[in-house]
Amino acid sequence: MNTIEQTTEEILDLAATHFKVPRAGLQASDDFYKKLGIDSLQALELLTRLENHFDVELPDYEVQGVSDFHTLATRIQARL
Amino acid sequence: MKEFKGNSLSWHLADGVIEMAFDRAPANEIGLAMLDDLEQFIVALPDLESRASALIIYSKQKAGFSAGADLRELYTLAKDTDLATAVKGVREFLEQIHAVLNRLDTSPLTTIAAVHGVCFGGGFELALACDLIIADKMARFCFPELRLGLIPGFGGIPRLKRDIGNGVVRDLLLTGRSINATKALSIGLASQVGAEGEALRLARATAAQVTKFDRRASAAAKRFIKPLPASELRNEIDVFCELFTQPAVMRGLRKFVESTDAMPYLP
Repeated sequence: MNTIEQTTEEILDLAATHFKVPRAGLQASDDFYKKLGIDSLQALELLTRLENHFDVELPDYEVQGVSDFHTLATRIQARL
Repeated sequence: MKEFKGNSLSWHLADGVIEMAFDRAPANEIGLAMLDDLEQFIVALPDLESRASALIIYSKQKAGFSAGADLRELYTLAKDTDLATAVKGVREFLEQIHAVLNRLDTSPLTTIAAVHGVCFGGGFELALACDLIIADKMARFCFPELRLGLIPGFGGIPRLKRDIGNGVVRDLLLTGRSINATKALSIGLASQVGAEGEALRLARATAAQVTKFDRRASAAAKRFIKPLPASELRNEIDVFCELFTQPAVMRGLRKFVESTDAMPYLP
């Protein structure tokens, strides 16, 4: 099973690839809405990509209010 | 008539298959314009049914299949009028959209919703009126109506109950959470899931297969397996209109319209 660090790294890689931002510019503590410049529909897209990538189900209400990569990783980690 | 281009959708008939494309920015919200185009399609449907075997409904909007009812339009129309007039307008709209979806639901055509991206609320309900939902892996389904103090109003609960188990229906309805295509496939909501951007191609291949069968046999099979839950659909309109009289609804609509939240479909 992934460590939390591995999960966070995979999220950062996925976010950089799909939202076309430099990977080196992303940190675990970043606000991903601001860093990725995403709106509500793109937030859903990110949620779906994460679910598909990690093969987990992430209810929206569990990530509601989450805005940084690290906390997002902990939510995913809890379901791996 | 073999083709049509309206303000929010277009359709054409070729090789026994009708393809209807929703194309209203930003996410095919279903309001008066979409209803008008759908009603025109229903008028043309008897003639089309004599010449086609299948109907594919898909979206040209990147955001997805449909984000559902046009809540901004609903709020704008309702806020400047008295409650009784607003409820009357809502009921009329629901009667009209139910007539469209019921006709679509019971059409002898094999109907396919090719879904990508958001398929929320009224958009989800429209997809549920189709015989098959074919999704790409980025599709997302949700009934967010409870956040407004409402229930789905376009026939969602009766049709979802018809298709899948009550436990899942309650989960989707009572939590308002969205589910992805893989989950939709696992619970029997979607019948096929393809790679990103492939839903329409899969739907076309399925429609081509459908055209090989005798239309009367396909229609008979559909009548047998897909009864219209007419009584529950009628009841849904009444319950929706009753709930719409509650002050929480206009507060919820206003909050949604003014929201800048990342997940405005959640309370």
